[in-house]
Amino acid sequence: MNIEVRARERGQNTKLDIVDCDFHPKLTVEQMRPFLSNQWWNYIQTYGNRSRHGYAKGYAYPKMTPQAARRDAWPPGGGLPASDLDFVRQQHLDFYGISAAIMNPLSPTGQGDMNVELSVAMASAANDAQLECWTRRDPRLKSSVVVPYEDGVASAAEVRKRAGNKDFAQVFMLSRTGEAAGRKRYWPIYEAAVEAGLPVGIHAFGYSGWPMTSSGYPSFYIEEMTEHATSAQVMVTSMIMEGIFERWPDLKIVLIECGFGWLPALGWRLDKQWKRLKDEVPHLKMAPSEYIKKHFWVTTQPMEETENPDHLLEVMNWIGMDRIMFSSDYPHWDFDDPFVSLPPSLTDEQRRKIYSGNARALYRLD
Amino acid sequence: MTDVLTEVGAIDCDVHPSVPDVAALLPHLETFWRDSAVERGLNSLDSNSYPLKSPLTSRPEWRNKSGLPAATAKEVGDQVFGRWQSGFAILNCLYGVQLLFSEDMAAAFCRALNDYIAKEWLDRDPRMRASVVIPMQNVEYAVDEIERCARDKRFVQVLVLAMQEVPLGRRHFWPIYAACERHGLPLGIHAGSAYRNPVTSLGWPTWYIEDYAAQAQGFQSQLASLITEGAVAKHPGLKIVLIESGVTWLPGFLWRFGKFWRGLRTEVPWVDRPPWEIIRDHFRLTIQPFDAPDSPEAVERAIEHLRSDDILLYASDYPHWQFDGDAVVPAGFSPALRRKIAIDNPLATYPRLKEDAR
Amino acid sequence: MAKKHVVAAASEIPPGGRKLVSADGRAIVVFNLGGEFFALSNRCPHRGGSLCEGNLTGLVLSDEPGQYNYIRRGEIIRCPWHSWEFDIRTGKSWCDPDKVKARRFGVSVEKGAKLIEGPYVAETFRVSVENDYVVVEA
Repeated sequence: MNIEVRARERGQNTKLDIVDCDFHPKLTVEQMRPFLSNQWWNYIQTYGNRSRHGYAKGYAYPKMTPQAARRDAWPPGGGLPASDLDFVRQQHLDFYGISAAIMNPLSPTGQGDMNVELSVAMASAANDAQLECWTRRDPRLKSSVVVPYEDGVASAAEVRKRAGNKDFAQVFMLSRTGEAAGRKRYWPIYEAAVEAGLPVGIHAFGYSGWPMTSSGYPSFYIEEMTEHATSAQVMVTSMIMEGIFERWPDLKIVLIECGFGWLPALGWRLDKQWKRLKDEVPHLKMAPSEYIKKHFWVTTQPMEETENPDHLLEVMNWIGMDRIMFSSDYPHWDFDDPFVSLPPSLTDEQRRKIYSGNARALYRLD
Repeated sequence: MTDVLTEVGAIDCDVHPSVPDVAALLPHLETFWRDSAVERGLNSLDSNSYPLKSPLTSRPEWRNKSGLPAATAKEVGDQVFGRWQSGFAILNCLYGVQLLFSEDMAAAFCRALNDYIAKEWLDRDPRMRASVVIPMQNVEYAVDEIERCARDKRFVQVLVLAMQEVPLGRRHFWPIYAACERHGLPLGIHAGSAYRNPVTSLGWPTWYIEDYAAQAQGFQSQLASLITEGAVAKHPGLKIVLIESGVTWLPGFLWRFGKFWRGLRTEVPWVDRPPWEIIRDHFRLTIQPFDAPDSPEAVERAIEHLRSDDILLYASDYPHWQFDGDAVVPAGFSPALRRKIAIDNPLATYPRLKEDAR
Repeated sequence: MAKKHVVAAASEIPPGGRKLVSADGRAIVVFNLGGEFFALSNRCPHRGGSLCEGNLTGLVLSDEPGQYNYIRRGEIIRCPWHSWEFDIRTGKSWCDPDKVKARRFGVSVEKGAKLIEGPYVAETFRVSVENDYVVVEA
């Protein structure tokens, strides 16, 4: 319904080149079936996906809306939000004039499943399904190499299998991994990504199997949503402290849907402690905040809402206007509309970079 | 030359007395527990949160011949009251009694620790105050210990660690907060873990620096829990002090938490005003470490982001090595603000400081 | 100067129903609450979601933790995007942005409800029924 009522507003903005760095296509197991062996197809039908939480279907914490989606994103022809490409075009891609969208499929991809072998099989099928059912049908859509990240070696093999295929924009992981993301078991992934010249996009979520806080499990969905930022802080800290950026100086990490308002303060904290505890981590050759500025990109959604708008701009300037990339998170409820979500005081040049320039450069879209 | 950025007469809200080993507590344990400790070879309750020889745990010049810092009331007094000219110091003892699993043992050791603090520290210097260390393992025991120690007015706060078994907001902890409220004792949450869970949501990190860095995330989780569970709503008189948290993570946390509250309010409808208002009313933060670059401009900007003059408390975090020289307060605080955080804010936060200590 | 626009037949919007209409080029959603009509600007004042796509629900208040005091079922519309709650009768949102703005708009604190109604208000329009037709002044 927003389609009709927003038409006039859209007209005012059609000159803006927009690359959406976080679009969630709803893959289906049927789309993946041709790419799965009978054994794994039967396994999915019988035992199903089992995340590291209790529920067979659904989520550890109930969402506020069904499927955590915008209520207006259910396709009129049926199916789950973002499962119908025609409706996605109508409501999102064409509506906003989006020239490219990076696909970050969240389920069913098998990432983080209790059964790592299933993850391996599903990752490959999810990648083929993205190509076949999405990218091939609409070249604006870029696929991401889904990897069974808890098996670093198998993940590297999957990355190598897809390397060189320009339909893939990045390697894709989730933020709540079984161990902190800098740990050795994930190193093969980073190595393969760098070899393939692909950034690694890490999206909030997944179930690590550990409680979502260092003090156990929170009670509420609102706490879980807030905790994605703390998990991302842990992830960034780990990647820096484990020295992966010294091993792979060309490694690029995209923090997707993690927010970014917390990033400068994290950099300051790590710098301060590194000054004191340098002897523990001699493999670090520069201050932690320098690694952040050199190796990390952030997507905008969910845009923090500050009391004072200047404060947000200060944060953005610290991170670097060339490191921030617009994302919508379509079809989820905390979706950011490209026309209204960014601070109005950005210059035209900053707007151009954030809406598309930075993403085009990082993902080599041109 | 390093800056002298202290405040005469300040209330230093975070000082750490050391306990050399369990032997120091033996005189204060009941007979059974004393004999048990010896018979079972329980010599140490040192926590991994602060490896003894780590540079962060103490400046080299503050260590005695055995490598132990802050070993006596006199040493601490010479630095905090002598050199830095503070008027009072609040002692937060981090000896790992809160890590014990047995409830009864934990309660016994908390009693012994609090008695040790009273006798070996508070009795030796009338300018010293302390936090009651409580056994979170058992809520009734914790309340008992608060009631017991509250009789001694030199105990001005109740101390818990930032990382627990379950989030601090949970309702079964509320009798503890009611006791705090009853006695005018703020709840002091201090960096450190009881190691019931890994120190991060992504498991056990490799390097100690990651453990210490993760404390900032631990505080964020506790803040969210205390507000969403309604612990603060239920105890309107409760003040909560976040001690040794790093401070500058707070605005970023509020921007996200506040944003989600607007849409998810119905999940926790007793949170009836924006989180940043609740935090400015109920929460206070000690200033060391102050996670910001060493530039007055950067520190000023960080203070500005907090949007409150009432929220910060002067603290040296002695003997932890958070700053060089005598720069207890980072350059960038105005003299007026420095004075406010050193005197006014602590007095407003710790009502017992205004009373006669005895 | 607001003009009257006939936007729908009253019978098109039964109690509990809603309809997206256009008046003076504005997208407006008309609700029927137990026979009374209310009209809000369809555009959510937060980030522009389309309110007519949202879900109708009740108002959740609480006097203390653990208490969900659920009243006025069907009188709150939640934006389909970020789930902000709008009181259909008044257009007011049930969350409070910063205090400074609230004072400027003369925010009131309703007796019995500790919640402060904020200035993120969905614009309301006068609605009446004339000769079985819904009339909106816009």
